[in-house]
Amino acid sequence: MKRQKMIMISRRNIMYLLGGVASTALFSNYALAKPNLALKRIKEISKNNVEEIDLFLDVPEIAENGNQVKVSFDIDSPMTNDDFVKTVYLLADGNPAPNVAKFSFSTDMGACSATTRMRLSKTQNVYLLAEYNNGKFAMTKSKVKVTIGGCGG
Amino acid sequence: MSKIKPRGKVPKKASVDEIIEIKTLIRHPMHSGRMKDKNGKNIPKRIINKFLVKFNGKQVFVMNLEPSISTNPYIAFPYKAKETGTFDFEWTDDNGEKYTMSRKMTVS
Repeated sequence: MKRQKMIMISRRNIMYLLGGVASTALFSNYALAKPNLALKRIKEISKNNVEEIDLFLDVPEIAENGNQVKVSFDIDSPMTNDDFVKTVYLLADGNPAPNVAKFSFSTDMGACSATTRMRLSKTQNVYLLAEYNNGKFAMTKSKVKVTIGGCGG
Repeated sequence: MSKIKPRGKVPKKASVDEIIEIKTLIRHPMHSGRMKDKNGKNIPKRIINKFLVKFNGKQVFVMNLEPSISTNPYIAFPYKAKETGTFDFEWTDDNGEKYTMSRKMTVS
């Protein structure tokens, strides 16, 4: 009798598990169906002329506190008058607003890198869009898992 | 509210063509306009929206900040040392106030 009961419980647990898997699949579909404001903004800035390459964007894989997430990037560029990175945009697709920051570089800086701290309201992708002086655009993205969101409200 | 106070770290000495790192921090609440106070009222938006760096009067770096930047914005960036001079940092608040700071650097 006792054994039978145990089997019953485990079967129920399996049902819960299955239900959980199904709902996560559903919710991820829902998330994909929402318009991605960050990508839309990238298209607007770059006029749909962007190349996805591997720029160095350093964000933590898991951020325990979404209020203070350290972001740094380093773009390999000689930073001479003929070849330099003009502007770098930082965007996030899960925050209430996609724009995070815009950095305007000059050739006096000698390197194209910066560090700052940003807020992330939930688990999302962080995008880096670089505009070169010849009008080309390059982007990269990185996923950050957020334990406690940091946008208030 | 705590006083808004800029802080910065610039190396005092550098050699020619050395790429130095400049670190800045300003104490500022960066209210995004979405947070609520203890009584459930919305705190109006008030952020630092622009950070500008000049070296000997010439603009070298600008950063436009959005509400997604954390409280007490920390900004670090590189600079290639060429000559002795002064860095002027300027933060612009949403209410129009400007906070400034200058640091000297000797290049040998």
